[in-house]
Amino acid sequence: MIEIKVAPIRNGTVIDHITAGQALNVLKILGVNEYNIDSTISVLIRVPSKKEGTGGWKDVVKVEDRELDTKTVDKIALIAPNATIVIIRDYSVAEKKKVLLSSSISGLVRCSNPHCITNKNEPVAPEFEVISKDPPTLRCKYCDRTMSKISDNLI
Amino acid sequence: MSFYDKDIVSIRDFDRKQIEEILRVSERMVPYALGKKRTKVLEGRILGNLFFEPSTRTRLSFESAAHRLGVDVIDVSEMSATSISKGETLADTIRMVDAYCDLIVLRHPHEGAARLAAKFSENPVINAGDGAGSHPTQTLLDLFTIKRAKGKIEGLNIVLVGDLKYGRTVHSLIDALTEFGANLTFVAPETLQMPEDNVKHVKGKGAKPQFTDKLEHVIPHADVLYVTRIQKERFPDPSEYNKVAGMYRINNEMLREAKKDLVVLHPLPRVDEIAPEVDDTLHAKYFEQAFNGIPVRMALLYLILGGEGL
Repeated sequence: MIEIKVAPIRNGTVIDHITAGQALNVLKILGVNEYNIDSTISVLIRVPSKKEGTGGWKDVVKVEDRELDTKTVDKIALIAPNATIVIIRDYSVAEKKKVLLSSSISGLVRCSNPHCITNKNEPVAPEFEVISKDPPTLRCKYCDRTMSKISDNLI
Repeated sequence: MSFYDKDIVSIRDFDRKQIEEILRVSERMVPYALGKKRTKVLEGRILGNLFFEPSTRTRLSFESAAHRLGVDVIDVSEMSATSISKGETLADTIRMVDAYCDLIVLRHPHEGAARLAAKFSENPVINAGDGAGSHPTQTLLDLFTIKRAKGKIEGLNIVLVGDLKYGRTVHSLIDALTEFGANLTFVAPETLQMPEDNVKHVKGKGAKPQFTDKLEHVIPHADVLYVTRIQKERFPDPSEYNKVAGMYRINNEMLREAKKDLVVLHPLPRVDEIAPEVDDTLHAKYFEQAFNGIPVRMALLYLILGGEGL
């Protein structure tokens, strides 16, 4: 096997154990676009993983000079429920935590049902009950529609 | 449980015991619904009937149920006559109407509208149908009709036929029938079968539904046949519609093999799903079913507005 090498980062966040194939959606959650990249972002897609339940593969995203806020971490949990967030300061691990999907979420995704009242300019945030954490499946608290393709509906 | 001041948004919010209580009170309302007894038990209360979508049966039966209990009704029956047409949100409309009445009945084209209304209204809200979503009062009157006709719901073989994909009445109904332990069979062409989401939900509650597109195979074992309308606009090709609609048209010939006490129900309006000749048989209970909307809705108003003494 060829060893994949990505240089260690000095300061920033490593998002590890992302469900294979979801790295680009993680970048979407991070709001990365051509106008706001000021530091290096390394993206590894489909690298071998020894962790159980991953099918042997994972994605990894390393973002330099940025620490993620809670809302961003909560969104990542919706598409990569086994991800870990590692905060690096001065080349050392300052913090390491698993993302955590709570039993209900609000304001992070919109309902996939175009006829749902929450998609009609009403003054409410979409709210969901988490009916499965892995793979993440949500049920809209308004229209009852269940949704598993969450990345298409991230706000 | 007390229903006083409670919202009725989805049948999934209620368990079997709570539904049974509503059915018991509905039974007590029958003589009043028939006009054989009279009462003004809820005199002085005001019902806000908000129908943002056309409806005949549901709107009239809520009005009739209210009048039978002495409740006054204010209503909006056309979207164009409201400030919604001027761009007002439903949330604002609800807050306004909430100040004018003691209870809101809402029919709305968008799914989840009743849940939103319940959030913004101080007074209780009854969902009278929201888009392709819930229609809990229809479900309650369907259950009431089955209970009255058969004496029980548990263990009955209940066949649902027609447009099971888009027909909102069947989606709420199968949730409740599962709570009561009925055996479910879904008869529809593949394109109009029960949505996977709904099937998964009832299976999670212990139901073991059967699926077929051959109505004649299941009629001999059925205790209840619940027929729904197949809408022409669901088919891009009219000849395909005619073929499918013809397969599920109920007539006396089709019911030849049926049990003598088979009950045929339909949420109405029917187009030609049930031949008029069936109306004269003992199977036909769909007009009774339409009447049952009155005692059931009376029971809800009575329980939610805190009626006493009936």
